[in-house]
Amino acid sequence: MIRLSPAASAGLRDIAPILLGLIPFGLITGVSGAAAGITAVDMVFMSAVVYAGASQLAAVSLMGASAAPWVVLLTVGLINLRFLMYSASLAPWLQRYGPVARGLIAYLLVDHTYALSVIRYAKEDDSFDRRDYFLSMGVVVWLQWSLMTALGAVLGTQLPPALHLDFAVPLSFLALLVPLVTTRPALVAAVTGAALAILLAPLPYSLGMVIATLLGVAAGTVTEAVVSRRPRAEASSPTEPQGRAPEPEGRAPVSEGRAP
Amino acid sequence: MTRPEVWLVILLSGAITFSHRASFIMLGSRLKMPPLLRRSLAYIPPAVLAAIVAPALLVDSGVSVGPLDVRLIAMIAAGIVAWRVRSLLVTFVTGMALLWVLVAVFG
Repeated sequence: MIRLSPAASAGLRDIAPILLGLIPFGLITGVSGAAAGITAVDMVFMSAVVYAGASQLAAVSLMGASAAPWVVLLTVGLINLRFLMYSASLAPWLQRYGPVARGLIAYLLVDHTYALSVIRYAKEDDSFDRRDYFLSMGVVVWLQWSLMTALGAVLGTQLPPALHLDFAVPLSFLALLVPLVTTRPALVAAVTGAALAILLAPLPYSLGMVIATLLGVAAGTVTEAVVSRRPRAEASSPTEPQGRAPEPEGRAPVSEGRAP
Repeated sequence: MTRPEVWLVILLSGAITFSHRASFIMLGSRLKMPPLLRRSLAYIPPAVLAAIVAPALLVDSGVSVGPLDVRLIAMIAAGIVAWRVRSLLVTFVTGMALLWVLVAVFG
């Protein structure tokens, strides 16, 4: 038997309940890949290399819609920009570890490993092995994600067209989107993005989707500036790493079942 | 996209994603995030997901109920379910099942 450090065991205990909720997301991403014409092997390759669920789903759906390669890359980059914020937030806790450990932690950084770690790191002192805590969770989530996307990709190619699996892609995006719309600026960002994406849909290479996204983000940011100026000026310290702009409900864009 | 192109896109997507994850963890305080980007980060997920979903509503499934396409009906119903339940699995199962029922009844 492998003996786990106390921090690693704590990580496994904390991640266990979340693993169950991640099963369907991995399966759906794999199935969607198959629906978009991505082979199971390529899907497994993508899970290992990109390892970021929502962006994998987006990449697969854009590839299925014959988007230009640069549109796919830009979209993946945009969706995964949140990792910059997670990285900034965890960095101060990890300075004492070597580059290999930090590189591994960076690779395994997803919504849920991030969320559990920031909470735990703030509670423990320096005797707590933050690396072991993170890596134990990260490895388990990675294994499960790889297995589930592979299983979904294999299942997806075996299923008959009468099941309308191509509908799975927009449907899963909708299921990811709705729980994110909890504040007025987020609603404005989503509605602007949706409306412009429909208006600009005739543009080639899914270019309209990129423009719609950027203007949607701009609309959300402007709305936030307007909304936060009016009632109470909620101070968010610019020096605090995870200090996201004022979010009244305090609900981060991390929802159940939405990792990696 | 040809298969080598797909591989290239996957590799570059991985490189971009890893660079975001590694940024501050690897380089520490030598990096500084532009304030505008920091403020905008929260709105990227809703905007990009909405921009991907919306055009899919216009795809014609070939089966319609009155002026409405069955996909649109299933999507609206799934949206309401997502809003009430906030569960990926429940939303997904409801949407797919409803689409199958609608296609079977009106197809």
